[in-house]
Amino acid sequence: MTDTAVEAEVVDTTEPLLSVEDLHVSFHKGSQTVQAVAGITFTIPRGETLGLVGESGCGKSTTGRAIVQVERATSGRILFGDTELTALSRGDLRTLRTQVQMIFQDPISSLNPRRRVSDIVAEPLNIWKIGTKEERKESASAMLDQVGIDPYLLGGRRPREFSGGQCQRISIARALVLKPKLLVCDEIVSALDVSVQAQILNLLEDLKQQYNLTILFIAHDLAVVKNVSDRVAVMYLGRLCEIAPSDLLYEAPAHHYTAALLASAVEPDPETARSSAALLGEPPSPINPPSGCRFRTRCPRAEPRCAEEVPEMRQIAPGHQVACHFPIGA
Amino acid sequence: MSDRTLLEVEDLHVSFATSRGAVRAVQGVSLTLNQGKTLGIVGESGSGKTVLSRAIMGLLPRSSTTQTGSVRYNGTEILNAPNDDLRKLWSTHIAMVFQDPMTSLNPVQRIGNQITEPLKIHLKLSKGEAKETALSLLMQVGIPSPVERYQAYPAQLSGGMRQRVMIAIALACAPRLLMADEPTTGLDVTVQAQILDLLGQLQHDRDMAMILVTHDLGVVATRTDEIIVMYAGNVVERAPTNVLFKSMAMPYTEALLKSTPRLANPSHTRLTAIEGRPPDLLHPPAGCPFSPRCPYAQEKCHRERPPLVEAAPGHSYACWFPLTAARPQEVTV
Ligand SMILES: Nc1ncnc2c1ncn2[C@@H]1O[C@H](COP(=O)(O)OP(=O)(O)OP(=O)(O)O)[C@@H](O)[C@H]1O
Ligand SMILES: Nc1ncnc2c1ncn2[C@@H]1O[C@H](COP(=O)(O)OP(=O)(O)OP(=O)(O)O)[C@@H](O)[C@H]1O
Ligand code: SF4
Ligand code: SF4
Ligand SMILES: [Mg+2]
Ligand SMILES: [Mg+2]
Repeated sequence: MTDTAVEAEVVDTTEPLLSVEDLHVSFHKGSQTVQAVAGITFTIPRGETLGLVGESGCGKSTTGRAIVQVERATSGRILFGDTELTALSRGDLRTLRTQVQMIFQDPISSLNPRRRVSDIVAEPLNIWKIGTKEERKESASAMLDQVGIDPYLLGGRRPREFSGGQCQRISIARALVLKPKLLVCDEIVSALDVSVQAQILNLLEDLKQQYNLTILFIAHDLAVVKNVSDRVAVMYLGRLCEIAPSDLLYEAPAHHYTAALLASAVEPDPETARSSAALLGEPPSPINPPSGCRFRTRCPRAEPRCAEEVPEMRQIAPGHQVACHFPIGA
Repeated sequence: MSDRTLLEVEDLHVSFATSRGAVRAVQGVSLTLNQGKTLGIVGESGSGKTVLSRAIMGLLPRSSTTQTGSVRYNGTEILNAPNDDLRKLWSTHIAMVFQDPMTSLNPVQRIGNQITEPLKIHLKLSKGEAKETALSLLMQVGIPSPVERYQAYPAQLSGGMRQRVMIAIALACAPRLLMADEPTTGLDVTVQAQILDLLGQLQHDRDMAMILVTHDLGVVATRTDEIIVMYAGNVVERAPTNVLFKSMAMPYTEALLKSTPRLANPSHTRLTAIEGRPPDLLHPPAGCPFSPRCPYAQEKCHRERPPLVEAAPGHSYACWFPLTAARPQEVTV
């Protein structure tokens, strides 16, 4: 057996914590159907962070919301370990909710303004009746302390007395107080200044190690996603274009959309090539998406085949998957 | 391009009277901008970028603000000038693209009317001429099917399209100076690149000067001639763009750069966060405004405010203990 085969076997045995299989989520707008998520498949192994990037409206949040079961899948399967979430009754779902948590972009409005932050963080424990009252209080204090908010000095204050970055810390504490296994982060640093953003990203990296978290990290900022992710999935108009280990994706993108996104990104360095408008226009409407490859109306490489045939996701290197008939470098 | 000075700002102070006291949003800012050049203004939220831009335009309410210093456009003092004089400057000489296109466009007026209005008022164009010019502007800013969009309301357009309309309105009367306040914040990177390219192209075609305000060092790195870094209402560093990135002297500028995640770095690269948060503008600290968060702060920094001094031609900074140019590897992260 060659070394690569041994390696591949090792990778195969890492059992995923989350498996998403051919997920579809549609919304109805009058007589029209919005295919927000149109058949996506991916897995996240235990302890890994998967980044999810793509332009506004491509379906990132809907994917995240479907995983935490805030949105019901139209079809497809979502497996958490061996449990199929999409098939669970409301009652069984309830117990799983403690293990899957989501944090949102707007930290201030996602916290109840009338409650003290120590109560906000303890609230999930109260709902699930975990431990005694004393124990809950202690867990909440410990969690606040973990995210850098002094529970004794600041625990009695209300959200509006905190900055955006501090509110995001509080949201993280509330999400982690139940010791979930999977965390879905939806644009959690998008509204923050870079200096505060760096604090939160570092905190997330530390907590991931400490609690062995598995994370789906949704964001539109490519550099932010690269920084925290082990692998990155690129989404366009409800479908996945490419999945690859972070460094590889940025070094050798295979999908034309990934390459265009990277060319558009700005870097704080005058020596790097100026970002260029590699793509014209904006994504078409998900109500009436293009046939075949959904990216074909903006793709510089499109050929007639792209309009006729949907490109299937296929492996082009270990861990590197792409959905394109004519990938870059092939 | 000539070296003619278009805009000169000297020791500009702006404070807001609030029930809790005076908020000193801009504390002595000076800058100059030559015809056809681009100046970047960077700083984090609340550092005073928008207030500075609006003060230069003369758009701040007189009743609740105190504005002192000097703003000269083409040699004429315009700070606290009568509104009638300012109105003559707006559109035809200085125009602004605002931070939030949704709130600065009129939601109940068709796009077409919003572009033709300044053309009729300032350039005294007839209805037909104005419409023709507006359609050509919509085309120039890359709006597909301009004839249809001319009739649309702002809510019917995407964020990127609205920002293009804002740019079309700002450019309608061929201004000499464009103030662009976070023109791409909140837009996708693909659309951001389109808008920045568009601004650069239009600027080049028209020899127009531009002030590009942003919180993103990446946006200004390849698209400006000179950069001003603001912190808590103060200019803390100012330099030609290449000089700033090669030999930044002010610890805050370095901290800003080091906390920015970069595509060029491997994943999981530890970011250098700046602990704490900017000072309260109601009670600014006595010494250097960055001293409570600065990793290099010495005792003197907490006591005395460092003045902005020009240490090399065109390169000014406000710091008692600047980073020396001899540590470039630290600067490039
Ligand atoms: N509740 C809903 N009803 C109807 N359409 C919806 C609903 N939620 C989302 N959509 C549509 O589904 C598509 C995907 O939206 P989603 O919010 O998932 O995108 P996103 O990638 O998270 O975008 P952003 O980067 O702007 O947050 C969009 O076209 C959106 O308008
Ligand atoms: N009308 C006002 N009354 C009182 N304070 C104000 C007013 N407008 C602005 N400020 C204060 O002035 C300071 C500078 O605000 P400014 O909007 O210029 O910041 P900015 O650098 O543009 O930030 P951002 O990146 O968030 O747009 C802030 O502390 C703000 O709270
Ligand atoms: S399948 Fe065709 S249209 Fe789609 S990305 Fe590949 S080359 Fe472009
Ligand atoms: S003056 Fe002192 S505190 Fe301020 S930036 Fe310089 S070293 Fe830091
Ligand atoms: Mg979203
Ligand atoms: Mg602003």
